[in-house]
Amino acid sequence: MTTARALAEQVRTGAVSATDVVERHLAAIDESDGAVHAFVLVLHEAARRRAAEIDSQVASGADPGPLAGVPVAVKDNLCTRGLPTTCCSKILDGWCPPYDATVVERLRAAGAIVVGKTNLDEFAMGSSTENSAFGPTHNPYAPDRVPGGSSGGSAAAVAAGLVPLALGSDTGGSIRQPAALCGVVGMKPTYGTVSRYGLIAFASSLDQIGPFSATVADAAALFEVIAGHDPLDSTSLDRPAPRSVESLGDGVEGLRVGVARQLVDGVAPDVGAGVRRAAEVLDGAGATVTECSIPELAYGLPAYYLLAPAEASSNLSRYDGVRYGLRVDGADVETMMRATRAAGFGAEVKRRIMLGTYALSAGYYDAYYGQAQKVRTLIINAFENAYRQFDVLLGATTPTTAFPIGDKVGDPMAMYLSDVCTVPSNLAGHPAISVPFGTDGDGLPIGVQVLAPALCEPLVFRVAAVLEASAPAVTEPVLAAATWAAP
Amino acid sequence: MSAAPAAPGDWEPVIGLEVHCELRTATKLFCGCRNAFGDEPNTNICPVCLGLPGSLPVLNAVAVEFAMRIGTALRCDIRPSLFHRKNYFYPDMPKDYQISQFDEPINANGWLELPDGTRVGVERAHMEEDTGKTTHVGGGGRIHDARHSLVDYNRAGVPLVEIVSRPDIRSAAQARLYAEELRGILVATGASDGRMEEGSLRVDANVSVRRPDAEFGTRCEIKNLNSLRSLVRAIEYEIGRQIEVLESGGTVLQQTRHWDEDRGETGALRSKEEAFDYRYFPEPDLVRLDPDAGWRADVAASVGAMPADRRAALAALLGPEGFSAARTDQIATVVENGLDGLMTAVVEAGIGAPLALARTANEASADPQRARALDPDTYAALLRMEQDGTLSATQTKELLGELLERGGDPAELARRHGYQALAADSLVEVVDEIVAAHPEEWARYGDGDDKLTGFFTGLVMKATQGKANGKAVAAELRRRRG
Repeated sequence: MTTARALAEQVRTGAVSATDVVERHLAAIDESDGAVHAFVLVLHEAARRRAAEIDSQVASGADPGPLAGVPVAVKDNLCTRGLPTTCCSKILDGWCPPYDATVVERLRAAGAIVVGKTNLDEFAMGSSTENSAFGPTHNPYAPDRVPGGSSGGSAAAVAAGLVPLALGSDTGGSIRQPAALCGVVGMKPTYGTVSRYGLIAFASSLDQIGPFSATVADAAALFEVIAGHDPLDSTSLDRPAPRSVESLGDGVEGLRVGVARQLVDGVAPDVGAGVRRAAEVLDGAGATVTECSIPELAYGLPAYYLLAPAEASSNLSRYDGVRYGLRVDGADVETMMRATRAAGFGAEVKRRIMLGTYALSAGYYDAYYGQAQKVRTLIINAFENAYRQFDVLLGATTPTTAFPIGDKVGDPMAMYLSDVCTVPSNLAGHPAISVPFGTDGDGLPIGVQVLAPALCEPLVFRVAAVLEASAPAVTEPVLAAATWAAP
Repeated sequence: MSAAPAAPGDWEPVIGLEVHCELRTATKLFCGCRNAFGDEPNTNICPVCLGLPGSLPVLNAVAVEFAMRIGTALRCDIRPSLFHRKNYFYPDMPKDYQISQFDEPINANGWLELPDGTRVGVERAHMEEDTGKTTHVGGGGRIHDARHSLVDYNRAGVPLVEIVSRPDIRSAAQARLYAEELRGILVATGASDGRMEEGSLRVDANVSVRRPDAEFGTRCEIKNLNSLRSLVRAIEYEIGRQIEVLESGGTVLQQTRHWDEDRGETGALRSKEEAFDYRYFPEPDLVRLDPDAGWRADVAASVGAMPADRRAALAALLGPEGFSAARTDQIATVVENGLDGLMTAVVEAGIGAPLALARTANEASADPQRARALDPDTYAALLRMEQDGTLSATQTKELLGELLERGGDPAELARRHGYQALAADSLVEVVDEIVAAHPEEWARYGDGDDKLTGFFTGLVMKATQGKANGKAVAAELRRRRG
C-alpha cells in the first residue's frame, strides 16, 4: 500500500486526485467490509464532496495540508457533526452530535477525508469488539478471530487496507491491543497531548485518542496533526505537541532500553519470543538493553478495573432517555430512566456501571476507589524510578495473539487480562506504541510495545521505527482489500 | 398537625443556613452560554451545558473571581480547591451529576456580623453549577403526581456559590437578619444581584432545638424557602413542630423537609436512610484550581468595605452621643441603599451628621437609584440651606424631591418657589406683628408657658404661607422672651 504520507504528497503535487484516492478506498470498503465489518457507517457522499474540495484547492494552487486527500476512518465514539455517533450502543440510537470532535476538525484542517465511522466495543468497554451493539469485527488475518478492542474496527480497517489511517481511543489499551492483534501500528499519546473534546467519555482520566497506521512514519504524521493544545479541554497540556516525524530516523544508538519482566513473563511463548527478538534488534542497533523488574506493574490491572468503571459509572449517567438517544417510555420519569438504561446498555457496560457505582459508594470508597488511586500513584512512582535507569521500556503489547470470536465473552476476567500489559501506561498517562513484529506459529500478528515517560513521543516513534525496519516481513491478511499492499 | 407556639423559654433553637447565590457573570460556569434570567426556555444552551456526549467543561475565570470576592467579604481563607462530581439522577441535571466542590472548597472558615452584633460563622462558600428548571404539568405541581414535566436548561450550568453557615443562629428573626445581611454583602461584592424572587438567592435552613447548654438536637433541613417571609414562617413552624414532638416524648427524625407555603407547614421529603449516596469523586475533566497569590491579592484589593464596616463608619460620624435605636435603623437603611458615600460627602462638606442621616435615610432613600446619582455638592448646598435656617424642613424635603426627579440648583429652585423670600429680618417683622396682635398670649408665654410656642409658630406659618423655618421661629420667640 502506498503510505499515507506518500498519498498526500501525490495529491498535493497533483500526481493523483483526491477523488481518485477516495473512490479507490470507497470501492475497497464496499467490496471487503462485508467480511471484516470494520465500519458501522461509510460516508460515501460526504467523502466525495470533501475530495472534490481538496482537488479544487490543489487546482487553485492552495495547499490542503499534510494529509491532503488521505482517507481516514474514525472510531465511532468520536463526535462527527450531523452524522450518527453511536459508541456502538443502542442507547445513542438516532443521535447526531451538533459538533465535531477537535480531532475531527484537525483532520479536516490537515486535508484528510473522513470516510467512515468504525466499530468498537460499546462505549469502548472491551478487548475484542464483540461488545458492539452492531455485531463483532473480524480480524483480517483470521476472520474467525477477534481484532482486539475496543478500537477493533479502526485496527481492522487499516490491517485490511481499507484506509491508510484511522483514529482510535485508548483507555486501558484500546488502541495498542487491537493494533497488536491486527498487525498494525497503534500509539497512545501522553495524557493531555490530544484533545478529548468530542471523544465520548469512558474513563476521563485515562482516555486518550491516538493513531492507527500501517507504518510508524504515518502514525507519527497523524499524531502531529491531531496533537496540540485545545482550550476546550481543561486537561489539554498548554504546550506545543512534540514533533515526532523529523527525528524518526535518528536511531537508538546509546539509548538505554529496559525489558520489563512484568510485561514479558506470563505471555504466550511466541509473543515472548517476539519481544526478545525485538530486544536483540535494538541491541544490534546500538542500544543498551537490560532486563528489569517493576513489581508495581502487577497491580495495574486491578487498580484499572476499579478506577475506569468508577469514572464510567458517572460518565454514563447522562444516558437517561430525557434529552437524546433511546427512550423507553414509563409511567413516570424514574421508570422511564430505568427502562431506557435497561434496554439501551449491553451486559458489559452494565457490569462496569455496577462495579464503578459500588467502588464509589459510601462505606466502600476508601477501600476501592481510594485504594486504587493510591496504587495509581505507586505505579507512577515506579515508572519514574525505572526511567532514572532507562530511556524507554520494552515489553509485549498483549499476553496472546488474536483469540477466537466467542472464546472469552462468557469469562469477563479472562477478557480483562488482555489489558494487563497496556493499562500501566494509561494509569501513568505515558505514551506507548505497539509495533507489529512478526507472527506466531499460526501466522497471527505479534505486537511489541515501547513505553516512555510523558511527552517522549519522539523517542517512542524513533525506537518503533528501528523495530519496524528489522521486523519480519508482514504477510498479506486473508481479508486484504484491493488497496492493501505491504508497507 | 397544628403549629405549636414557637420556642417556649426552656428550648433553644439552633439554626444554620445554606444560601445558594447565583453569580452575576455574563456567561455560565463551564461554557460560553449567556447567564440570564427570564429568557425564552432552552435558548441559552450548548453541547457543554446540555452535557452532550463528548463535551467537556472549561472553568469561567470571572466566576472564580466572584467566588474569591465573596470569600474575601466573608473573611474566609481562600484556598486551593478541587471540583468533584455529585452523582444523582434528576431530569433537570443534564449530566446526571453536578460539578461541585466537596471537601476542598475555595473559601472556608469565615464569619459575618449581624447588625445586632452577633457573629455568625461561615463554614464554607464553595463553587458549583446550577441545574435546569423543571415545571411539572398537571397534578399538584410536584414531580410525583405530574402528568408530564417540562425542563428548561437555560439555568443549567449557571455559576453558584453555596454559603454554608455554622449553626450559630438562635431564632427565626435572627435567621432573617443573617439572610438580609448576607444578601447585602453579596450585592456589595458585585457577585450577586440579590434577587430572591428570581431565584438568585435560595435558602435552605437546618433547624434543631435543644435544652439550653445541652448537645445539639437532631436537625431537619427545610427546602423551598423562596422569600424571607417563608424563611421566617418555616423556621418558626419547624421549631414549634420539633418542640411538640419532643415534649410529647417523641424523637425528631433527621429528615429533609419541604416547606408548603400555602398550608404553612413543613412535610417530610426523605429521611436520613433515604438520603442519596452522591458518590462524590474528583472531577477528572477539570484540573485543580489554585489561584496564584497575585490574583488573590488583586481580588482582595478590589473588594470594597462591607455593610457592617460601612455602618460602623456612619455611626462614627454621629459620635457616641448621637447613638439611638432609631438612628441604627436609619444607618442600616442608608447602607442598604448604597447612600453612605453621599451622606459621608455632605458631612465632610459641613452638614451636621444627624441632619444628613435623617434626610438620606428618609427622603433620599425613597428613590435610592436617583439618590445614588445625586451630586454630593448639590445635596450639601440644599442641606446647608436647611441647616442655616434659610429653608424649613418641609421646604427642604420638597426641594429634595424635585432635585432627585429633575435635578437643578438648590438656590435657584428655592428662589423659584419663593422660599428665599423669608430671610431673617422679614421673620422678625412678622413675629413683631403677631406678638403685637396677641398681647395676652404673649404675656403667658413670657411667664414660661411653653405650650404657646406652637400657637405662635402656627400663626407665623399661616402669615408666611409656610415659608418660615419652624426652628427659626422658635428661636426668635425664645430670643424675644430673653
